[in-house]
Amino acid sequence: MTSFRTDQAGEDIVVVRIEGRLNMVAAPELRDIIAQAVASGRRRVAVDLAGVEFMDSSGLGALIASLKTARQAGGDLRIAAVSEQVALVLQLSNLDRILKPYPDADAAFAE
Amino acid sequence: MSARGSRSYTGESAENRRLLLLRIWITLTLILGLNYVVWRWLASVNWNTWWISIPLVVAETYSIVDLGLFGMTVWRSRQRAEPPAAPPGLTVDVYITTYNEPPELVLATARAAREIRYPHQTWILDDGDRDALRAASAELGVGYVTRGEEWTGKPRHAKAGNLNNALMQTTGEFILVLDADMVPDPAILDRTLGYFAADERLALVQTPQYFTNVPDSDPLGSQAPLFYGPIQEGKDGWGSAFFCGSNAVLRREALMGLGIMGYVTATERAVTEGLQTARGIVRRAVRRASQPVEREALALTSAAINDALASIGNGEPIGEVTYHLRTRITELSRTIVAGDLVQISADLDELGFSDHGVAVQAREVVASLASDELSPLNALDAVRRTLDALDIGRSDEAQALLPMATISVTEDMATAMRLHASGWKSVYHNEVLADGLAPEGLDAALTQRLRWAQGTVQVLLKENPLFLRGLSLPQRLMYFSTMWSYVSGFATVVYLIAPVLFLVFGVLPVNSYAAPFFLRFLPFMIANQLLFVIASRGLPTWRGQQYTLALFPLWIQACVSAAANVFGGVPLNFAVTPKVGTSSRRWDLRRIRWQIVTAVVLVAAVIAGLVRLLLQGAEAVGTLVNIGWVGFDLVALSVLVGAVRYRGYATEEEEER
Repeated sequence: MTSFRTDQAGEDIVVVRIEGRLNMVAAPELRDIIAQAVASGRRRVAVDLAGVEFMDSSGLGALIASLKTARQAGGDLRIAAVSEQVALVLQLSNLDRILKPYPDADAAFAE
Repeated sequence: MSARGSRSYTGESAENRRLLLLRIWITLTLILGLNYVVWRWLASVNWNTWWISIPLVVAETYSIVDLGLFGMTVWRSRQRAEPPAAPPGLTVDVYITTYNEPPELVLATARAAREIRYPHQTWILDDGDRDALRAASAELGVGYVTRGEEWTGKPRHAKAGNLNNALMQTTGEFILVLDADMVPDPAILDRTLGYFAADERLALVQTPQYFTNVPDSDPLGSQAPLFYGPIQEGKDGWGSAFFCGSNAVLRREALMGLGIMGYVTATERAVTEGLQTARGIVRRAVRRASQPVEREALALTSAAINDALASIGNGEPIGEVTYHLRTRITELSRTIVAGDLVQISADLDELGFSDHGVAVQAREVVASLASDELSPLNALDAVRRTLDALDIGRSDEAQALLPMATISVTEDMATAMRLHASGWKSVYHNEVLADGLAPEGLDAALTQRLRWAQGTVQVLLKENPLFLRGLSLPQRLMYFSTMWSYVSGFATVVYLIAPVLFLVFGVLPVNSYAAPFFLRFLPFMIANQLLFVIASRGLPTWRGQQYTLALFPLWIQACVSAAANVFGGVPLNFAVTPKVGTSSRRWDLRRIRWQIVTAVVLVAAVIAGLVRLLLQGAEAVGTLVNIGWVGFDLVALSVLVGAVRYRGYATEEEEER
C-alpha cells in the first residue's frame, strides 16, 4: 500500500512525501491530497519522491494534473529526490523538460 | 558367450517347430484350466463356508488369468536370428550409473566399457558426487557427470534423475546404460546397434541381465532365466520388450521426444492451474477494487483469462494461448497508458506547454510506458499473478525436460511403456553381453525385489497400461501381465490358509475331493507344470516358482506401500540395492518371520490332520489332498532355508575347494 504524508514547510508551501508505489491505484489519492492542500492556500507543492520505488503513467498523470491545479491557483508543483525508475518514466515521456527534479524537498522552493 | 546358454537359436524352422508345440500345449493347458475353474465356480463351491470358499475360488481364478497372460506372452516367444551388422559412424554414449557402489567396482566396469570395440564415449554418472571417483575417471580417460547446482532443493528422482541429468550433458545419438556392476562385453555395441539402423522407429534394445556371482543352485533366486528368456522374447513378439534399467541401448531422439511430450503436458497443467487460481484472485479483487479504473482493468483481465482457459480447453496450443493472453494484457495496459497520456496532454495544453514540443502521446511513449516493467497493471497484484502463471519454465523441477519417467522407482518400466505408447518400438536381444553382480545376502535380495514390486505397482496405479492412450491391446496386456503377477501375494495367503482350515477344523471349501475334482484338477496341474518346462526350453524355473510363493509377505507389502505412496503420498523409503559386501555372516530371520510362522502353522496343520484322520475318522482323500497341498507349500517355502544359510558366492567357492 502507498502512504502519503503532508508537512507544512512555510506559509504557502507543502511537502508531500510518498512512500510506496505511485501507480494506478494510488494516483487518485495523490490528486485529492494536493487539491486539498492547494484549496487551503498552500499553493506551492513539493512532492518528495524519495520513497517511491515505482511510478507508472497514472502516477505521472496525477503529478501533471496536480501541477495544473497548483498553477491555476497561482502556485507551482515541483518534484524532488526521484529514483532511477521515476527518472526513466519522466525521460520516456519527455516530461523531464517540464517537471525538473530537485535533489530534495528543501531545495525545491529554496530560491 | 554361448557357454552361458543364453542363445539356443538353431534356425528358423527349428524355432517354428518349437513354437508350434508350445502353442498346442498352451491351448491345451488353458482349455484344461478353464474346464477346472468353470467347474469350480458352477458346481463345487461350498457355499456353507462361503467366507473361505469364495476367496479360494477367486484366488484360483486369479491364477488362471495369470496363466492365460503367461500363455499369451510365450505364445510369441520366438528367438531372434543374428542381429543386423552395426553400421559405422553412429555416436554412442556409454553411461555407467552409480550412487554408492565402491569406486573399484565402478572403475572395473568403466575400464571394460572403455574397451568396447564400437567407437563411443564412456561416462561415469556418479550420483554420489565423490571426488575420488572424479579423479579416477580423469585418470582413466572417461567422462564424469554429476548433478549440478540446479538440483539443489529440487526433486532428485533417483536413478531416473541421474540419467536425465546426463542426457542434457552428452550428445551421443545412442545411449548404452550400464549399472555400476555390469561389466560389458567388448562386442556389446556391435551386437545391438544394427537393430537401430534397420528400423528408425526403434527406441530400445534390451539384453539380458546375467550374474556371475551366483552358484548353480542360485539360493537367492537371482537369475531370472524365465524372464530374460521366454517372457522377454514373448513380450518382444508382441511389440513390447521391456526396458530393464541396465544392459540396454536407447535412442536419444526417442527419449528426448518423451521429455518434450512430458514437458508439454506438465506445462499445460501448470498454466491451466495457474490461470484458474489467477481467475479466482482477479474475481475477488474486482469486488474489493476501490477505483473505477482498477475495477474495469480487472474485469477485462478476468475476461481475457476466461477466454484463455476456454482456448486451452479447445485444445489450442499453450504457446499461442499464453501469447495471446499476454498480448491482450499488454493492450489493456496500453489503453490505460494512452488514457493517462491524453489527460496529461490536455493538462499540459491548459498550462500552455503545447508549444514546448512535448509529444507525450507519441506511439513509442505509449509502448514504453506500457511495457512489462512500467505497466500500470503492475499495480494490480492479481494481474501480475496471472502473468506469472504464464511462466512456462517448469520451475518446480531441476530440468525442464525429464526424458526418463519419474513416476515410479522402476523408471525403466515406466519409460518403456511411454515409449511404446508414443509409437516407438523395442527389441529384446537374448545374448548375454554384460556380466553383473547379484546381491549376496537375503536382506539385499529382498530389498531389491521389494523395490521392483513397488515400482511396478506404482506404475499400475499411476499410469494403468489398460487405459494409457497409444498402446496396442497386446502391449496393454504385456504390461498388465507383469503387474498382475505382483498381486499374487494375496492369492498365496488364501492358498496357504485353505488347507490349514481343512486339516485343523475340517472346513471344506470345495464340495468334493473325489473323482470329479481329480478328473479336472490333475490334468490341468500336470499340463501347467509341463507348460513351464516346454516354455522355458529346459532352463531352471523352479527357483522362480518357489520364490513367487515364498515371498508372499513381500509382494503384499509392496502392493500396500505402493498404494499408500500413490494415494496417500507416503514415501517408499526407496533403497539402492547394495551389490557388494551384502553377504550375511549370521542368520537373519527377521525379514522372513511371516514365512517362519507360516511353516510352523503348516506343519502343525499336517499333524492335526493326521490326528483327525487316524483318531476321528476324518475324510481320507480330502486329508491326503490337503497334506499334499501343504507339502507343496512347505517345499516352496524351504527355498528360504538355503537362502538364510547362504554366505555369499566367494564363501561357497571356498567350501567347494
